Amino acid sequence: MPKNIDEYLIEKGLFITAISSVVIILLIIVFIFWEGYPAILNIGFFDFLFGMEWSPSNDLYGIFPMIIGSLAITGLSLLMAIPLGIFCAIFMAEIAPKQMRKILRPTIQTLSGIPSVVYGFFGLIVLVPFMRVQFGGTGFSMFTASIILTVMILPIIVSVSEDAIKSVPSEYKEASMALGATHWQTIKNVLFPAAIPGIITSIILGMGRAIGETLAIIMVAGNVVQIPSSIFDPVRALTSNIAIEMGYATGIHYNALFATGIVLIFMILVLLVIANYFHYKKKVTVGGGYL
Amino acid sequence: MEYRIEVKDLNVYFDELHILKNVSLKIHKNMVTALIGPSGCGKSTFIRTLNRMNDLIDTFKMDGDVLLDGKDIYDPKVDVVELRKRVGMVFQKPNPFPKSIFDNVAYGLKVHGITDNEVITEKVEESLKSAALWDEVKNILDKSAMGLSGGQQQRLCIARTIAVEPEVILMDEPCSALDPISTTKIEDLIHKLKKDYTIIIVTHNMQQATRVSKHTAFFLHGEIIENGPTDKIFIEPCDKRTEDYITGRFG
Repeated sequence: MPKNIDEYLIEKGLFITAISSVVIILLIIVFIFWEGYPAILNIGFFDFLFGMEWSPSNDLYGIFPMIIGSLAITGLSLLMAIPLGIFCAIFMAEIAPKQMRKILRPTIQTLSGIPSVVYGFFGLIVLVPFMRVQFGGTGFSMFTASIILTVMILPIIVSVSEDAIKSVPSEYKEASMALGATHWQTIKNVLFPAAIPGIITSIILGMGRAIGETLAIIMVAGNVVQIPSSIFDPVRALTSNIAIEMGYATGIHYNALFATGIVLIFMILVLLVIANYFHYKKKVTVGGGYL
Repeated sequence: MEYRIEVKDLNVYFDELHILKNVSLKIHKNMVTALIGPSGCGKSTFIRTLNRMNDLIDTFKMDGDVLLDGKDIYDPKVDVVELRKRVGMVFQKPNPFPKSIFDNVAYGLKVHGITDNEVITEKVEESLKSAALWDEVKNILDKSAMGLSGGQQQRLCIARTIAVEPEVILMDEPCSALDPISTTKIEDLIHKLKKDYTIIIVTHNMQQATRVSKHTAFFLHGEIIENGPTDKIFIEPCDKRTEDYITGRFG
């Protein structure tokens, strides 16, 4: 019998809560694989992954255009969000006067709390007509979706990067300034390199949100299953595919949607591994592993 | 006697806090001046005023004159970057950058626009030799500076400071985080450097002040109580409070 019964119960209780959250996630993943596997078996691994046609009525289930669609939307939005977000973070952490920071920080945090349907609705009403007038076409496009996504992932990149820059020990900043470096030289040569692991983390988080985003993209991307030939073409993302068709899918079509989910899980897994690799590698070269 | 720095009626405030009160002090050229006094008496604030590091703090306010070679360093026309190049600083806690040993010393040269690699390499070697660190690190220049011992890191910080060829070196308790052997090495280094540089050192260690300095100023509650040749201050102080402090009766 343990000496302290309270201690024993609390430890076991914590163990059970921790285990149950892991078990729940595992069960969901098992279920997705269970439902998706028959589709991959039936359609064939390569025909499913690299098939160019998605046409359930003709029994064609190729998701390659949608893999490209998801990657393209995410990539394009990261291309816009990373520089914007990092410069904004540098401004907020180092340059903005105190009063301004007091207004900016909560504003940006609020942005991250707005539901994605609101962003999507805004995109549909404001951005799509604007794109139609400016660039022709329907206005529903990969570019429109990327802009909405950029706005959605900016708050994550800004706030996490800002924390990373702010948590660089002030000794480094003082040492650099005392050597006669200007503020910008200090930011560029000392603060930014030391904050890189945190900045990469912010990008991973933003990327995760971008690839998983569904509703806002459905509303503005056009959802045509095709490999886009320009950024003004409509595209369909993997997530959109599941959401759009789940209402009426049956049989192998139903299984194929779960298989799409499996592909999404793997994509995020691979991106996380790549990002973690860079995170680790950068850490070692910058700080000798001490940061 | 030549003076490098003259401080006249300096008052420093952080918000409403009056940190330094009418401080006047003359710092001799190419000599070591020690600042002693209990914690919180304003010594660090004083030396951080000399290279305008306090400017980094939003609530900093000051009045009075701080003259470097006769010119007011708080004149709006003064280039702070140029000033900090002339007045270098070594901090209490060794704070090398998380970069290689070489890059730490080269950093100051690079930010001042030197791009010639040969010049940089030469200057790094020279600075590390002056800081008595060269023999210990010459084979590991590309290794991270974070892997050095505390004493080596502090000497690296001194090397980094002298690489940009300042005229004055401010040292804010440079040995307080070091063991006695490293402390001895730093003190030997100070003796070597005083020929070429004007050094101002803040210390809590009375023996250290007597060992390294020629001139001493005693701070208490933001004022200079007494200042003069180190021998005189420690052997026959004029003020009762100075005597109490150096004999360890308060503080």
